Amino acid sequence: MSPATATPRAVSELYFRHTLAIRLMHWINVIAFSLLLMSGLQIFNAHPALNWGKSSYNGQPALLQMDAQQDAQGRLVGITRVFGYAFDTTGVLGASVDVDGRSSARGFPAWLTVPGPQWLSMARRWHFFFAWLLLINGVSYVLYSLAGRHLMRDLVPTRRDWRSLGQSLRDHLRFQHPHGEAARHYNILQKLAYLAVIFGLFPLVIVAGVAMSPGMDALLPGWIDLLGGRQSARTLHFIAAWLLVVFVLIHVFEVAVSGVWNNLRSMVTGRYRISLKEAEHEHT
Amino acid sequence: MSTHEPRRRRFLAHAAAAGSSFFLAGCDKLSQSEWFPKILSSTEKLTQAAQKLIVPRRAMAQEFSPADMSPEFRSNGTDNPDSPAYQALVANGFKDYQLKISGMVERPETYTLDQLKSLPSRTQITRHDCVEGWSAIAKWQGVQLSRLLERAQPKAGARYAVFFCADPMDAAGTAYYESIDMDDARHPQTILAYALNDAPLPVKNGAPIRLRVERQLGYKMAKYVMEIKLVDNFANIAGGKGGYWEDQGYEWFAGI
Repeated sequence: MSPATATPRAVSELYFRHTLAIRLMHWINVIAFSLLLMSGLQIFNAHPALNWGKSSYNGQPALLQMDAQQDAQGRLVGITRVFGYAFDTTGVLGASVDVDGRSSARGFPAWLTVPGPQWLSMARRWHFFFAWLLLINGVSYVLYSLAGRHLMRDLVPTRRDWRSLGQSLRDHLRFQHPHGEAARHYNILQKLAYLAVIFGLFPLVIVAGVAMSPGMDALLPGWIDLLGGRQSARTLHFIAAWLLVVFVLIHVFEVAVSGVWNNLRSMVTGRYRISLKEAEHEHT
Repeated sequence: MSTHEPRRRRFLAHAAAAGSSFFLAGCDKLSQSEWFPKILSSTEKLTQAAQKLIVPRRAMAQEFSPADMSPEFRSNGTDNPDSPAYQALVANGFKDYQLKISGMVERPETYTLDQLKSLPSRTQITRHDCVEGWSAIAKWQGVQLSRLLERAQPKAGARYAVFFCADPMDAAGTAYYESIDMDDARHPQTILAYALNDAPLPVKNGAPIRLRVERQLGYKMAKYVMEIKLVDNFANIAGGKGGYWEDQGYEWFAGI
């Protein structure tokens, strides 16, 4: 073995990254968002089409539509139309195997919806329960982050962050992540992504969801026209939900490439390990 | 290392697939249980309370211009009630139709269609939001329910208006019914519509009378209304949940 003096000491430190409240709210969000997505897709299946405007029947074709048709052999074929272009999506969209094992006409497949079988009233119960949970959790998070200065300290980009934008982009594209001291802070892309989700996508998905409520529409007659009308609000709700899915996919991917266990530990126990090895090495 | 990678990846993929199907099966088990849907439904009261709190009691649903009207107002649910009594009414052009106002009122009454049409009416172009997710805009004309209630004089304990309809929903003959609270019953846009888009209400849309409750979903707006009964509770009516779809698991408060 090499002499002790030549071995760079693997110095690492567990630092406290996430408070208990943040960790709790993160996992509540995971559960609530997953169930909202899946019950939402079940609700979508009751009318698997998206329109733009004040109503579904305004003389304009649907932006997105999923249908099932029977082919010459009597088999169900799923057709998805996007902006008028038709795609055969049999097995996934329009027609897929239901919980009972039979091919059936349904927008999204059973493995993406809660409940699995077509059951609108039950999906609505799941959806509204977890909508309240998500709303209360989200408002708590924003208030907590403002009061505890988490927002200003950890999420709002500094001037130095903005200057590192180009470098951060290059790092992300090469799947490289900050080590050592730099890992104590979120990088600029991370901050922007979190802020866009917290103050952009979540508020949009909630407001567009509320805009579909005939009761809430009476609050100030015509307010939902700011979103383009009721069916536009339904379309925006759908798009915002899928953009949140895109965020989750990127988020989970970044977790995977920057250390699954370290990231998971920090979101469970709060402690994130940073390696100070390189800093030590420079001194020797 | 490299030989292990694909195997590990495959294992993780299988584990994820197994985990998610376990999760979905669990959700379906919970949906079918007796207790879990009750927990889920606990937020229905919260939703209702929140809307009552922030939306003023008399707040008006949005009304539209003729340019916004849907080319055709589609029919959903029953499009032609399968009942000899109703078909006899249709055959006679609804000349024998009678709307009954009953229950907890000082002056029970019946109205013929002509009598209803001779009362002052309200015309409104509103959006119909179906629980399924679609919506359509149409012009409705009818008599305000509040006007009929003024004449009938509800008793102090009356809390709901229940609407009994002519359309049987199943082989056993269970008739459609619905209920709304007195706030909605007295709301200026709550009308008993006899005209749709300037023409007599077609059979497929609920002739001769359909209810409009503009701040709630379509299933609240009973078609083929035959009787309106004021009650202090609906526990003993049909399934006890206040409406045909409510008895099938839909929310009584359909403001969302």
